[in-house]
Amino acid sequence: MTFIKSTFRHPELPTNELGFTRQYYEGVLSTLCAGCGHDSISAAIVMAAFEANIEPHKVAKLSGIGCSSKTPAYFLVNSHGFNTVHGRMPSVATGANMANRDLQYIGISGDGDTASIGMGQFVHATRRNLNILYIVENNGCYGLTKGQDSATADRGSHSKKGAPSPYEGIDLCALALQLGATFVARSFSGDKHQLIPLIKAALKHKGFAFIDVISPCVTFNNNPGSTKGYEHVRDHLAATNTIDFVPERKELTTEYAEGSTQQVTLHDGSVMALHKVDKNYDVSNKSAVSMSLLDYSERGEILTGLLYHDEESQDLHQSLGTTDVPLNTLKESDLCPGGDALNKLNQGLR
Amino acid sequence: MKPTNIADPEYFHKVVDCQYACPAHTPVPHYIRLISAGRYSDAYMVNWESNVFPGVLGRTCDRPCEPACRRDRVEDKPVAICRLKRVAADNKDDAEVLARMPEIPTQKNGRKIALIGAGPASLTVARDLMPLGYDIDLYDDQPEAGGFMLSQIPAFRLPIEVLRQEVNYILDMGVITTLDTYVDSLKKVLDVGYDAVFIGTGAPRGRDLKIPGREEADNNVHIGIDWLSSVAFEHTEKIGKKVIVLGGGNTAMDCCRTSLRLGADTVKVVVRSPKVDMKASAWEIEDAEREGVPMLENHTPKEFVVENDKLVGMKFELVRAEYDENGRRSLIPTGEPDAYIECDDVCIAIGQDNALPWIERDIGVEFGKWDLPVLNNKTFQSTHPKVFFGGDAALGPDNVITAVAHGHQAAISIHLMCEGEDVEQARPAPTTNLVSQKMGIHEWSYDSPIAHDERFAVPHEAVETTLTNRKIEVELGFDPQTAVAEAQRCLNCDMQTVFTAEKCIECDACEDICPTDSITFTQNQDDETALRQSLKAPANNTEQDLYLADGLKTGRVMVKDEDVCLHCGLCAERCPTSAWDMQKYLYQVTKATPIVAYE
Repeated sequence: MTFIKSTFRHPELPTNELGFTRQYYEGVLSTLCAGCGHDSISAAIVMAAFEANIEPHKVAKLSGIGCSSKTPAYFLVNSHGFNTVHGRMPSVATGANMANRDLQYIGISGDGDTASIGMGQFVHATRRNLNILYIVENNGCYGLTKGQDSATADRGSHSKKGAPSPYEGIDLCALALQLGATFVARSFSGDKHQLIPLIKAALKHKGFAFIDVISPCVTFNNNPGSTKGYEHVRDHLAATNTIDFVPERKELTTEYAEGSTQQVTLHDGSVMALHKVDKNYDVSNKSAVSMSLLDYSERGEILTGLLYHDEESQDLHQSLGTTDVPLNTLKESDLCPGGDALNKLNQGLR
Repeated sequence: MKPTNIADPEYFHKVVDCQYACPAHTPVPHYIRLISAGRYSDAYMVNWESNVFPGVLGRTCDRPCEPACRRDRVEDKPVAICRLKRVAADNKDDAEVLARMPEIPTQKNGRKIALIGAGPASLTVARDLMPLGYDIDLYDDQPEAGGFMLSQIPAFRLPIEVLRQEVNYILDMGVITTLDTYVDSLKKVLDVGYDAVFIGTGAPRGRDLKIPGREEADNNVHIGIDWLSSVAFEHTEKIGKKVIVLGGGNTAMDCCRTSLRLGADTVKVVVRSPKVDMKASAWEIEDAEREGVPMLENHTPKEFVVENDKLVGMKFELVRAEYDENGRRSLIPTGEPDAYIECDDVCIAIGQDNALPWIERDIGVEFGKWDLPVLNNKTFQSTHPKVFFGGDAALGPDNVITAVAHGHQAAISIHLMCEGEDVEQARPAPTTNLVSQKMGIHEWSYDSPIAHDERFAVPHEAVETTLTNRKIEVELGFDPQTAVAEAQRCLNCDMQTVFTAEKCIECDACEDICPTDSITFTQNQDDETALRQSLKAPANNTEQDLYLADGLKTGRVMVKDEDVCLHCGLCAERCPTSAWDMQKYLYQVTKATPIVAYE
């Protein structure tokens, strides 16, 4: 019986700009089923945070309930964490974000936690353009309660012991797009080459960065007939683009053929170079993106990659005109500026 | 890169670094687990089958296994393999071991073999051939069998009882010994009508140092190996108060420590080269230094200074080492005044040579470079079909474990020849066995979690005590508790990670969980060097293989860098389809006598 991971690491592990190896970004050993897609996503987050030189103590991980929501324990063990009531992660994340805008927020949720019990929370966090990386680990079933179909199960898909789902599956990317998310992407847990740069870019995005990651449930939903198993997903993947994430202060050195690449600049100056598979796909054209999502879905294909990005994104702090610093740094003199200040304010209202 | 052929018996053998490095290929992790289980007699027998002298080697082996140990690459120090072997020997049940000795047929097979020299090589041949019904005559010029193990290894490192027990396991098989007898002619031996003659007479000639004053000082200048053997046989019991030992090898270490025990007050080891170039094993230098022997480096002997017909000191030229681009060393005099060191006695331990003057040069045994016999280095057969060599006599001075390995191979050759088979072509392949260790989802038949302890030190007897008597053993050996803790440091490298591509669904769970980033799923490349750099962690140790498997649905390949794999089994535990499995690989060199496997 193990469940014990050695602390020995490869002696030549590279370090990032902060001098940390990947090990510093790891979490505790996962207790999910062997082969769970969620573990690959955790590993992708570790890699992305390492490569993006993230300081773990400046990250807050939030999650709800479910297999997916266990995973914040499995990465960034040196970061802050909060496990909320089922489906309520978006509200807690909103509160935390309003109180301390200096932290980087990573919300981890599942298809149940987001598309069923937490739907009401999810839509509002999205439309407010909360500054958060929101990842849905989407396996189309309720793994923690033995694999019933979830709201993202496609019509006609069936799990290991189930009947074909009679209902339309919710496309969370289409929904997020419609509700005003400013960074929308879809990926697959089995494709880290695509997923890691997406996470790195999403971490730099200011606003609601939504990534729907298809993450097969090996135990209950990895059978022929399921549209969220490893084999089906691999056979039906269609990518809009692959991206190179070029951090701020680094130059984009690789040259690409004319028309094949779209460059997207993030608010801190970092650049995403999108190598487009479909020459006509434009990540900034919201209505065209909507149409593409529908098109592919009707063909039974899963469109992945960066789907939509709004360079003009205004996050919730900007919309509300909040104070520039975290609330915990405000002193008594800032919070109670005294009678003179009150008088001045009152005068202004006369 | 081409997919790895794991059916090649040498592939997984190479992954078991310690076993691969051992000249006799003793299955190290296998017996270490037996020690952890308290099965000392079983652990002893696994060793005995392979290296014949576990008690001797557990104290004195050159340990080629330890620098090879994978633990050395992921942590700081290798597993104390040698000292664990000793634990098996110290704690075995003597009666049980005796009962397990191979049966010797009373009906002999009618073949007679002569063994010249009673060292480890010859004794190994006897051990392998006696159970097959051979009549064996063993000749040696010393009064007791054991060869250099007896005459060269001081009793404070190897108690005589330990050696005798293991020598007697073999002699008691019915070997006919003719001791105290110097064989002075190979022709005479062959004329007796032996079916084969095995020569394991070692490298018995110690090098001398011909510099001014050598002849005049002769009474107080000793050739290291001759002097050690004269101490071992109790012909020499004293040495002067001030002793210089010339040379930086293990014989020099034994000379200096023996001198301290024979009454010397100050002993200095003086070497021509820088200390880092000394040939002695690091732990032997350490042991000598612990007893207060300084190592003086960069001193080239120039003259024995004799006054009134008595040695009073030595003169040395001071040098410094320079290395050319090929790493070749030259010693350049520094021009400083010569150093003078007072002394009463000098031991010269600057190397030893083969000496086979008793072999006639006209009877079909050819000699080549450095006057070594011309041999087939696989069969150890000389140019005379009935004459075989092994140990130091075969390939020049080496160590006990190498001599044992030679003995096993020579025994196979002798047996094949006597059976009328082709000595080279009919050699048996090694036996190998690869068996899954899976007992449940997270359960293996071996202790898979990694222990993070650092290497445990072997306790020593107090220096003051050991210096009073050359027969008091310095090292005390691990107690059973420490032995278990040290045994837990073993990474079980014989528990192979075996990958079946057809079962893999490419979920990447193994790649994600591997503590040492040894597994990568990637596009194959023609150039191995480029592939090695494109893995999750760079595979810079080119001495270690990449395990590459193709046949995956996405067209990628699985590449595992064997270098720092902990064999912890997490890849197999995280695999949902059992595409990875931990399988125990037992590789055993085939011997002339069938091997008993102790599972």
